[in-house]
Order: sequence, then structure tokens, then C-alpha cells
Amino acid sequence: MFLAGLLGLAFGFGLLIDGLGAQQQTAASSQSSAAVRTPSAAPASASQAPATTIPTPSPLREAPSVGLNIVVLDPAHGGTDLGARGTEGIRESEVVLQFATQVKRALEGQGFQVIQTRDGNENPSFDDRSARANAQRGAVFISLHIASTGLPGTVRTYVEPDTTVSRDPTGLIPWDQAQAPFVPLSHKLGDMVQAELAKRFKGSPDVAQVAPIRQLRTTAAPAIAVEISSVSVENRDDLDRMAPGVADAIAHGVAAFRPSYVVPVMPGTPLVTQP
Amino acid sequence: MNPKWRLWLAGGLAVAVIGAALYFPALRRQVYKAKSLTEQTAEQARRELLPPAPVNSGEPRVKAQMYWGSRANDGTLVPVTVELPLSSDPTLRAKEILNTLLAGPVDPEARTLPPDAALLAFYILPDGTGVADFSEALASSIPSGIQSEQLAVNSITRTLEANVPQVQRLRILIHGQEVDTLAGHLDLTQTFQVSMSNAGTPPAKSGVSVLTAPIQKAYEKMKRATKRQ
Repeated sequence: MFLAGLLGLAFGFGLLIDGLGAQQQTAASSQSSAAVRTPSAAPASASQAPATTIPTPSPLREAPSVGLNIVVLDPAHGGTDLGARGTEGIRESEVVLQFATQVKRALEGQGFQVIQTRDGNENPSFDDRSARANAQRGAVFISLHIASTGLPGTVRTYVEPDTTVSRDPTGLIPWDQAQAPFVPLSHKLGDMVQAELAKRFKGSPDVAQVAPIRQLRTTAAPAIAVEISSVSVENRDDLDRMAPGVADAIAHGVAAFRPSYVVPVMPGTPLVTQP
Repeated sequence: MNPKWRLWLAGGLAVAVIGAALYFPALRRQVYKAKSLTEQTAEQARRELLPPAPVNSGEPRVKAQMYWGSRANDGTLVPVTVELPLSSDPTLRAKEILNTLLAGPVDPEARTLPPDAALLAFYILPDGTGVADFSEALASSIPSGIQSEQLAVNSITRTLEANVPQVQRLRILIHGQEVDTLAGHLDLTQTFQVSMSNAGTPPAKSGVSVLTAPIQKAYEKMKRATKRQ
């Protein structure tokens, strides 16, 4: 009896030791999740997404006109999601964060305000990342990736394929089709950025590629994904050397796109984007 | 009982308690590890038990076109002609074709799908939508990235397009489930066009805004609401 009691005590003590680690992990993950909570105007998590729509008319009341002035920069992956991994220990989630720092600096040099979806080793959900852009007016969204494959030293820009959007009677766009109305603008932005990348990185395509990318689908803004090849380089320095060129190309591409994206909202003015 | 023995007994029990406290967490981890190994083994066993799509040797050998990756590693697909005894039944034919695609080319560098991935099921809906159910390994073993994931899906759709014209569209499931992405990038919630898989999307026409229609509509609605107030 005494022995059984002692063994029970030992088992409980063992579970306590084991449980402490798990508790710390849970706390860390909830903290990282809280760090990326989105503005209340936009859905903050995937669980809320299906019932949520994007309130397109709300910005109309706030300011007379809006041009492109904000870039939402999305270093992909993070946290437990390391993304692509190279044989030399290169992790996509770390490299994209470093690229983002240089891209941010280059964009700010062109006069843009830059908002990052993550600044550290967190992993916001796809919807949380999209919500950062969807809560802005006059913003574009750029997701940064490092590929596992492809010719090292090349860069590709991707945009969503054309899709038809189904609107409800209120005119609101379903959250999971948020990108659909912006696809033509995304193609234009993608082509402009890719043209700049092709000038700097030989072997890269001249125009943006089309691919159904989950991150872009829920983003209600001109949105592109830029993927750099690749984590398979033998030396991490080879990737690092590409960062200034990628940053410069993205900044120039977005600056060239700026006149194409104007959302006039003065009452009585036609709602058009300029060619 | 002799106090000396009592002391020895208490000491022994204390050692046992401490030992057990240290051992239980390790034991727990081992149990979890064994559990995950069992799941993997079950997956392997299922793959081994699943017979390859029955190949009717009585069927005439036909030239099938398989789309595997280019050796240049530039993200393009190259058609390779192979002779196979293919069934005339579209579902069986699709299974045979996809199993050949999964088996891979002679050159492993040209692979588009992971070698340990398996086709668990394939069926064709009356509207021409093919549903391909792959094992977990398709998602877990594929190199992560937009280019590699797109290449994998394109190799499937283009190979089906070339050999099974009855399949117009394709839905990809992983282990019987609809999943968000293939390996973190490519959207698997949608249906892929098979008959137009190699058609590129035309660039946007400048000056035409699809943005304006919903905004205009909402603005008019807001104006009407303001007037009523």
C-alpha cells in the first residue's frame, strides 16, 4: 500500500516535470499568436474566415483619395514552420526575414510605408497575414519566399490565376475570394517587379508566372509572391549576395506600379484605376 | 523491524521514487515515438497492400506521354513517351498513368513527385472532374516551394490531359482529405483545369478596373442610405 502510494507520487511528479515543458510551449505559441492579432476591422483567424466578408465601402468615408502608399511585406513561414531547408542548414524562414529587412529599406527609400506581417520568428496564419493588407487602403502585398528548387541565382514572381468572384447582394466580396477583383492589378504589379528582377538576375523569366497560391487568395489588394532560388546553394553567402538586388528590383517595380493604382473616393468622381 | 532495516527500506524506496520520476517522462516520450512510428508503418503497409492499378496485359501497348521535369532544373516540364498497356476504361487508365508518373523517370533528377508518394484512389465524377487521392507523403516529402509544388501539380494535370481526355478538371486530396495547401504554398482547395493546364493566363489589360464595380455599388448604396437619413 505504502509502496503503491509512493509509486503514484513518483508518476505524478514525472508527469509534472513533463507537463512543465508542454505548458511553456503553449504559452509561447499563444504569445506569438497574440503578437499578430489583426485590427478589428478584419478577420483575425482562419476560424473566423468563412463567415467574414471584406467591407469594401468603409474606407470611402474616411479620406478623399488614396494612392498607393503602403506595402505589406510578408516574410513567409516562421515559428515552427521553417519552410524550405537546404543541406547546408539554410532555413527559408530565417533567410526571408533578412531579405525583408533590405526590401523594407529599399521601399522606404522610394517613399512607401512598409508594414511587415512578422518581424521575428512567429508564424501568423495565412488569414492573419492577409488581414494586415486587407485592413489598409492603397496597399500592395508582397510575400517573400526562398525555393527548394530552381536555378540558383534566379528569381520568380507569382500571381493568382484569373477567377470569377461571386458577390452577395450587399456587394461584399467573400473572404476566400478576396484576391479575385484584384487579379488584373496583381498581374500588372507582378510583371513590373519581374521585369526589374530579370534585369538583375540572369535566367529569371521576363514576366510574372501564374500559380494558385493560398496566401494570395485571401488578400484584398494587388498581391504577388516573390520566390528566390534556392536553399540548395552550397554557400549561404550566395543567397545573401542576392538580397540587395532583390530589394532594389522590388522597390523599383512597386514604384513603377504606383501610378497604376489610384482609388479616387471623392463623392462624384468616377471610381477607376489609371492605366 | 530493526530500525537499521527500516532506514535501508526507506532509502531504497526514496531511490525508487526519484528513479521513477526521472524515468516516466522518458518512457512517455518513447511511447509517443513508438506511436508515430506505428502510424508511419501503417501508411507504408497500406501502400504495399494497395495493388498497382491492374494492368491488363491483353490491352495493346500504346504510347503514353508522361510529363516529368526538365534536367535543366528550370521549372519546366518535358514530355517523355513511354509504351504502356493501357486500359480503355478512363478510371483504370488514369490510375495506370498516375502510377507510372509516380514511379518516376529513369533520371531521378527529373522527378516531379516524391518517390514514396502513392495514389490511394482515383475516380471520375459525371461532370468530368477527376478526384485523385494521394498518400500523405505527397505533401510531406515534396520539396517546399511555389515552383516545386506547381511543377508537381502541373505534371499530374498535363499527363492526364495527354492520356485521359475524359478528365476535364482535377481535385487533389491527401489521404482522403481536402487540405489547404500541398506543402505550404499551392492552394489545393480549388479544382485544377486539366484540359487547359498548359494555357497561361493573359496579362491584365491596363486601365480596366475590376476594383471599381464593387466599390461603386457600395458607394451608391451608402449615398442612398445617407439621403434617407
